[in-house]
Amino acid sequence: MSSVGDGDGGQRHVLAVDDSSVDRAVIAGILRSSKLRVTAVDSGKRALELLGLEKKDVSMIITDYWMPEMTGYELLKRVKESSELKEIPVVIMSSENVPNRITRCLEEGAEEFLLKPIRPSDVSRVCSRVLK
Amino acid sequence: MFIYTTPVYRLSLALQGFLDEQFYQLEELQDESSPNFVEEVVTLFFRDSSRLMANIDQALEQCPPDFHRLDKFLHRLKGSASSIGAGKMKNECAGFREFCSEENLEGCLRSFQKVKKEHTILRQKLENYFQLLRQVVPVDKATRSGS
Repeated sequence: MSSVGDGDGGQRHVLAVDDSSVDRAVIAGILRSSKLRVTAVDSGKRALELLGLEKKDVSMIITDYWMPEMTGYELLKRVKESSELKEIPVVIMSSENVPNRITRCLEEGAEEFLLKPIRPSDVSRVCSRVLK
Repeated sequence: MFIYTTPVYRLSLALQGFLDEQFYQLEELQDESSPNFVEEVVTLFFRDSSRLMANIDQALEQCPPDFHRLDKFLHRLKGSASSIGAGKMKNECAGFREFCSEENLEGCLRSFQKVKKEHTILRQKLENYFQLLRQVVPVDKATRSGS
């Protein structure tokens, strides 16, 4: 798998958000195989806590849509409404192909909407485009 | 690098429809830095799915059953199965979910029996598979003279 580490020697840092431990492990494994540094958290709340601390360090957020308490869409909105975080690209994942959900996310500023199960090729494609 | 005796076994698993393409894609990710990635993910799956199935059991025993809650558990179970490439289990969950959306308790109970059966069979098959992998001798160790 091609590396998407940036030229100045640092690894790009991706924040993965999913309440499913299985899906978190899968997405983290896929991202790590692309030589990306990954932090995987289980909720939007934890994601925002981390972003509050390490915002400059996070190059991309990839989040599940359906999560208890805060959906991926709500997380996306919070990121895009924040002057400090809005430039961070956000990718949404979902196991359900619901056209108006996809539209809503893209309109809110999501870079891409990926259908689960997430394949390495999906992630590779997105990262190549988003993490220039 | 490993001598794979498993392609035949893996093929038979696929032919029987237990695993789909997703599983093989995850295997492709394994390398020196994460040699046991698939087994780790599968272990997480069985931990997660066992818990979910206990929750489903409880939800079905409620009087009346909470189909909304049941659907949430099923969504998660189906999702996890799909993520690791457990195609057959995923399909059984999909069938179960249909009965759930119709609030058909009898259908749900029948489906759940099928899901439990699939879960047990899959666990056994994957345990056997990983055991086989552990028995395979790495080429470099095999060719090194003993000391």
